[in-house]
Amino acid sequence: MPMMDFQGKQIEVDDDGYIINLDDWSKELAVQVASQEGITLTDAHWEVINFLRDYYKQYQIAPMIKILVKEIGKAMGPEKGNTKYLYELYPGGPAKQACKYAGLPKPTGCV
Amino acid sequence: MATKFTAKPDELSKIDHKPPKKGWMDTPAEFKEHTFCWGAKGKNLNIVDFPNARDWSPAEEDWKLPENWQEIVLEGIKDRLGKYRSFKLFMDICVRCGACADKCHFFIGGGDPKNMPVLRAEILRSIYRKYFTASGKMLGKIAGARELTLDVLKELWYYYYQCTECRRCSVFCPYGIDQAEITMMGRELTNLLGLNTDWISGPVANCYMKGNHLGLEPHTITSSVEFFLDDIETITGIRIKPTFNRKGAEILFVTPSGDLFADPGTYTAMGYLMLFHELGLDYTWSTYASEGGNFGFFTSNEMAKRLNAKIYAEAKRLGVKWIIGGECGHMWRVINQYMDTWNGPADFLEEPVSPITGTKFENAKSTKMVHIAEFTADLIKNGKLKLDPARNDRLKVTWHDSCNTARGMGILDEPRYVLRNVCNHFYEMPEDTIREKTFCCGSGTGLNASENMELRMRGGFPRANAVKYVRDNYGVNMLANICAIDRATLNALMEYWAPDVSVCGLHELVGNALVMTGEKERTQDLRLEPLHGKEAEE
Repeated sequence: MPMMDFQGKQIEVDDDGYIINLDDWSKELAVQVASQEGITLTDAHWEVINFLRDYYKQYQIAPMIKILVKEIGKAMGPEKGNTKYLYELYPGGPAKQACKYAGLPKPTGCV
Repeated sequence: MATKFTAKPDELSKIDHKPPKKGWMDTPAEFKEHTFCWGAKGKNLNIVDFPNARDWSPAEEDWKLPENWQEIVLEGIKDRLGKYRSFKLFMDICVRCGACADKCHFFIGGGDPKNMPVLRAEILRSIYRKYFTASGKMLGKIAGARELTLDVLKELWYYYYQCTECRRCSVFCPYGIDQAEITMMGRELTNLLGLNTDWISGPVANCYMKGNHLGLEPHTITSSVEFFLDDIETITGIRIKPTFNRKGAEILFVTPSGDLFADPGTYTAMGYLMLFHELGLDYTWSTYASEGGNFGFFTSNEMAKRLNAKIYAEAKRLGVKWIIGGECGHMWRVINQYMDTWNGPADFLEEPVSPITGTKFENAKSTKMVHIAEFTADLIKNGKLKLDPARNDRLKVTWHDSCNTARGMGILDEPRYVLRNVCNHFYEMPEDTIREKTFCCGSGTGLNASENMELRMRGGFPRANAVKYVRDNYGVNMLANICAIDRATLNALMEYWAPDVSVCGLHELVGNALVMTGEKERTQDLRLEPLHGKEAEE
């Protein structure tokens, strides 16, 4: 099992770098994972991360992108409720990249 | 940790079909990154009580096998030779004529000789000969026999998770040897040692616990459907009210969970909802039997049987008369070719009769499950649907025959009949790449992960090449199909080999064309994009 070094502790991650135990997550961890991919988390990034964490708490799965788009638009205003805005924040894809920072399991898409 | 797959199409299309200098028995499998899936997690194997449950990685030297692994495999072969006559037959009868050799999409797109179906089968046959035939025991290599070493086991694993059980090779085999049956046996053997992939064992564990591959909870399913209903209302002005887990409904509807939670399958799900509403069909969804697909089928027959049982248990619990199944591929191979002897016959259900047309579905007499493409084709044939195909005029459509529905149950003409009625521009791909001879998406049998992207792009190359042909010659921009794995994987394949072609399910196009009672004038399609000729009004 691959491990990630965080504040001197070893944290279990999967082969794609997603944390295994969701309780290992903290804001500081999100900042570290993002910075390793060259992303500095701004308030705008946190809006998405917080939404993802809330959604996951309720539904035990990461939302479909179109749900994310619609809900972000509802909560943050229509200028943010579009895929382009989310991709600007998360160039690696709002599902895959943002879920990684939010400490959610890797989205499976469809099986 | 994983590196990103970055090879460009012009690089990947330089395919070398020259075999290595050494003989195949002396060429061990090389585990190339991006050509295999991650190993299963112990927790997922534990959930279904599979042996040797632990985390493992195919790329690592140590596969954490039990001491007596050879004994387990050989005992497993012996057991299956006794149980399945097909397996015994296919181990014995191949004359290595090579008719299958260039029919496999993995061989065409990859060039590795061990992806010729004949040679893939020889990997297992060589073990069979060594331990189960007199000639192999005595003559060894000369008789095509060899010992089961760790290298041989790894070779078996590597290539048996590079076969999508699509059965195209079998169409050309003069003996009718079914390579899928051989791969299935090979995979069963690997499962005796806990050697499955994460991408398969995760969905199997999810489905066993929660009723579907994605692990969707009941309230997640209903909230997802509510989301579709909002969109349908925006498009048509009609609010649909479907039911879930309703006892006494006439029909149970079961579809792959991908339709509920991944684009573009979700648009197909909207199509089902609209069609059933318009018909006033007395049907129910189930949040328990919430998966048409069956990843157990890529594991072992026993596991597939355990997962399949749930659909019929739910039909019994709800007291429905029969079942309609959605657009899924391998679900139908399971239903059409295996279910009846595993969990059937489903005598507690009634022989399916369409309540709208009165048509008796004779072919589903025993399984009691009707494919939605047949159901809808029958509605159109009997003039029961009002359709406006011009609403799909933005699209130039081609049809991908999904391996399992085409070769596994002969659904060839029904979807084409539906297509011709719901859209005006339909173009066939070249003859050798459709119907019984259709090319696989390259990602079936649980190979639709992201870490094996090179394998997927290589395996999907022949299919994509045929799509590119109709794109370049007729301007095709939509690849329609009736399989959730197709809908999930062909997008990536098209982006790679044939950009500008999108992917959709059949009932998305039906939903677009369906004229519903009391609907407002439509200006948008199911993707909320403006209809052809309505762009200005947006």
